[in-house]
Amino acid sequence: MTRRLPPRVAAALTDTALVAPATLAMLVLIFLPVLIVAVLSFTDYQFGAETFRWIRFENYADLLTDRIGRRAVVNTLIYVGIVMPAATLLALLVALGLHGMARRTPGLAGVLRTSYFMPVAATIVAMATVWQMLLHPSIGLVNQSLVAVGLSAQPWLSDRGLVLYTLTVIGIWETVGYNMVLFLAGLAAIPAHLYDAAEVDGARDGWARFWTVTWPLLGPTTLFVLVITATRAFRVFETVATLTRGGPAFASDTLVYAMYREGFVYFKAGYSSAITMVFFACVLLLTLVQFRVLNRWVHYR
Amino acid sequence: MRRLWWKIVDTSGAAISLTVMIELKDVTRRFGTAVALDRISLTIEEGSFTSLLGPSGCGKSTTLRIIAGLDQPSEGDVVFAGRSVTGMTAAERNIAMVFQSYALYPHMTVRQNITLPLAMREMSRWERMVLLDRLLPSARRKSAALADKVHAVAAMLHIEALLDRKPNALSGGQKQRAAVARALVRDPVAFLLDEPLSNLDAALRVQMRSELTDLHRRTGRTFIYVTHDQSEAMSMSDRIAVIMQGRIVQVGRPPEIYEQPATREVAAFIGDHPINFLEVRAAAGPLPPPFDAFALDGAEAGRRIVVGLRPEGLRPAADGALIGRIERLEYLGSQAVATVALGGGYSVRAVLPTESGVAAVGEAVRLGFDAGRVHLFDAGSGERLAAGLVPLASGAVRPARRTTR
Repeated sequence: MTRRLPPRVAAALTDTALVAPATLAMLVLIFLPVLIVAVLSFTDYQFGAETFRWIRFENYADLLTDRIGRRAVVNTLIYVGIVMPAATLLALLVALGLHGMARRTPGLAGVLRTSYFMPVAATIVAMATVWQMLLHPSIGLVNQSLVAVGLSAQPWLSDRGLVLYTLTVIGIWETVGYNMVLFLAGLAAIPAHLYDAAEVDGARDGWARFWTVTWPLLGPTTLFVLVITATRAFRVFETVATLTRGGPAFASDTLVYAMYREGFVYFKAGYSSAITMVFFACVLLLTLVQFRVLNRWVHYR
Repeated sequence: MRRLWWKIVDTSGAAISLTVMIELKDVTRRFGTAVALDRISLTIEEGSFTSLLGPSGCGKSTTLRIIAGLDQPSEGDVVFAGRSVTGMTAAERNIAMVFQSYALYPHMTVRQNITLPLAMREMSRWERMVLLDRLLPSARRKSAALADKVHAVAAMLHIEALLDRKPNALSGGQKQRAAVARALVRDPVAFLLDEPLSNLDAALRVQMRSELTDLHRRTGRTFIYVTHDQSEAMSMSDRIAVIMQGRIVQVGRPPEIYEQPATREVAAFIGDHPINFLEVRAAAGPLPPPFDAFALDGAEAGRRIVVGLRPEGLRPAADGALIGRIERLEYLGSQAVATVALGGGYSVRAVLPTESGVAAVGEAVRLGFDAGRVHLFDAGSGERLAAGLVPLASGAVRPARRTTR
C-alpha cells in the first residue's frame, strides 16, 4: 500500500509541476538571452570573433555621444513623443464617433470600424510598399493631389527635415485602428445608467457628460492605450527598414533599426547589445509606470 | 434633525413654489413596432407619493423615464405645472432620480457624488475644474457653501462617516443611502425612484420603506415611485397607478385598488396572498355550487363570471357557505394558509387564524365570507362587474353538502 503524501506537500508538488514548463521556457528563451545581451553590452565582441575585450561602458558612451548614436536615440524619442499622444487622441475621437454612430447607423459604423482596423491586420511591410508608392516624389498620389490643388510637391521620404515626420504619420495610421478597438471596448463597458444619472444631475450637453462620465471611466483604458502605443512606437522598425533604411543621412534612424544595422550588418554585437539594453530599459520603465498607475486607477472597478 | 431639513429647504429660496403638478397626456411610446406605452394619461398631484405599479416589462420604467426626460414619448405630451416639457432634457426639467442600480459615479467619493448635482448647477465649468477649483476664490466660496448642504443631507441619511469612501467600498444599503442623498441634496420638481429597494435584502427593504415615506412626509415633495412589489406600493403610496401591458388599468388610493380592483389582473396582482378565482355560470336563481347559497344581482343569466375571493377574507364559520376539506397547510406563525378542496373541481386558499389551534390536513372546514367583499369579473374580458352576490334567505340555504370521499 502506498503511503499518501501530506496534502500540503502534494499541493506544493502539483503547483511546481504546473509552473515548471513555462518557467523553464521563460528562463531559457527570455531571461538567459537578456542576461547574455547585458553581458555582451560591456564588451567589444563581434560576431564570429574568437576573443573579446571588456570595455565597460564604452558602448553606452558611444551611443550617447556619437553623432549617429545620439541621432537614433533622439529620433526615437521624437517619434514616440508624437505617435503616442496623437495616435491615442485620434483613436479616442474615432472611437467616440463610431460608438455614437453604432446606435444610429450600425452598418456604416461597422464598415468604418473595419477600415480603421485594416492597417493592424495587414502586414506592415506590404503596407509600407503601398505608402512608398503613395509618397513617390513625382508619380505618388499624395504629391499629385498636392499639385492638383496648387500646392508644391514634397520629397516626403528623401528630405532630411521631413522624413521622420512622414514616418510618424504612417506610425499613427497603423496604430489608430488598434487603439480604437481598445477604446471601443472601454466605452462599451461604461454602464448606460451613469449617463442617465449625469443627465439628471445637470450635465446638459455631451461635453459635460463626457467630462463627468466618459473621460474618468475611460481612465484605465486611456492609460493602457498610452503605454501600449508608446511601447509599439519604441519598436518602430518595419517602416524604417522598408522605406528609408534610416536615411537620408541617418535622419530617420531609430533605436531598433540601429540595433539591427550595427548587429546584423556591421556585426558589432557588443554595440548592438548596448542599444538593445537602452531600448529594453525604456520599455521596462514604461511597463513599470503602467503597473504602478493602473493598480491605483483601476481600483474602483 | 427635522429642523435641519427644513433649513435646507428654506435656504434654497423658491423650494415650495417649485413643486408642481405633473401630467402625462396620451403618452405613447413605441420601440420600433413594439408599443411599450399605449396612450397613457396620468395626473400626479404636487406633494403626493405616487407609485407606478406593475409586473416587469409593463412599461412603468419607461413611463418614469419619460417623466424624467431621459426618454421622449412617440406621441403625447408631458406637462409640468401647466407647461409642456416634452422634448426638454432631464437637466432642464430639474427632476431628481434614484436608480435601481444606484448609478453612483465609481471614480468619485460619496461626498463628490452628492456634491456633483449642486456643483453642476451652481458652479461654472472653470470653477469645477480640478486644481483650478482650489485657486479661484469664487470656487472656494461656493464649494464651502455646497459642503454645508452635503453635510446636512448626509446627516439626514446617516452616512456622514462614509463621505470619503468610494462607492465600491460601500454595502448595498449604504450605496442606496448615498444615491438618495444625491437626489435629495438639491431642490428638484419631483423625486423619481426607479425600483430603489429591489437590490436590498428583505430586512433592509422594510426599513428603507419607512425611511422613504418619512422623507416624503418631512420634505412634502412629489415622489414618483416605480415598483413591481405591490406591498411596497400599498404601504408607501398616497396613490397607485397600476400599469399592465403598456396601459394604465387603474389609478386610486391603495384601499381603492385593494377593495375595488378594476380588472381580474389587478385583483390577482394586489394583495399579500394571491386571490382565489372561481369561474361559474350566472343563473337566474341560486348560483351553481359552491355558491349555491347565493344569487347573482346585476348580471344576466348564462354569462360566465369569475368570483374573486381573497384568502384573508375567508374565515372558518359554523354557517359558512363553502364546505370543503383541507388539502394542504402552510403554517406561518400568526396565521396558516390552507388550501381547501371544495368539490366540483374547485379549491380555494384561505388564511386561517392560529390562536385557537391549527386545523389539520384532511379535516373538513366550513368557510364563510362577507358577500359585500366579493369581487366579480367577466370571465371573457376580465373587467370588473357591477354585479354582487346576494345571500339567499337563510331558509333557502340547503343543508350542508357532505363531501363524501
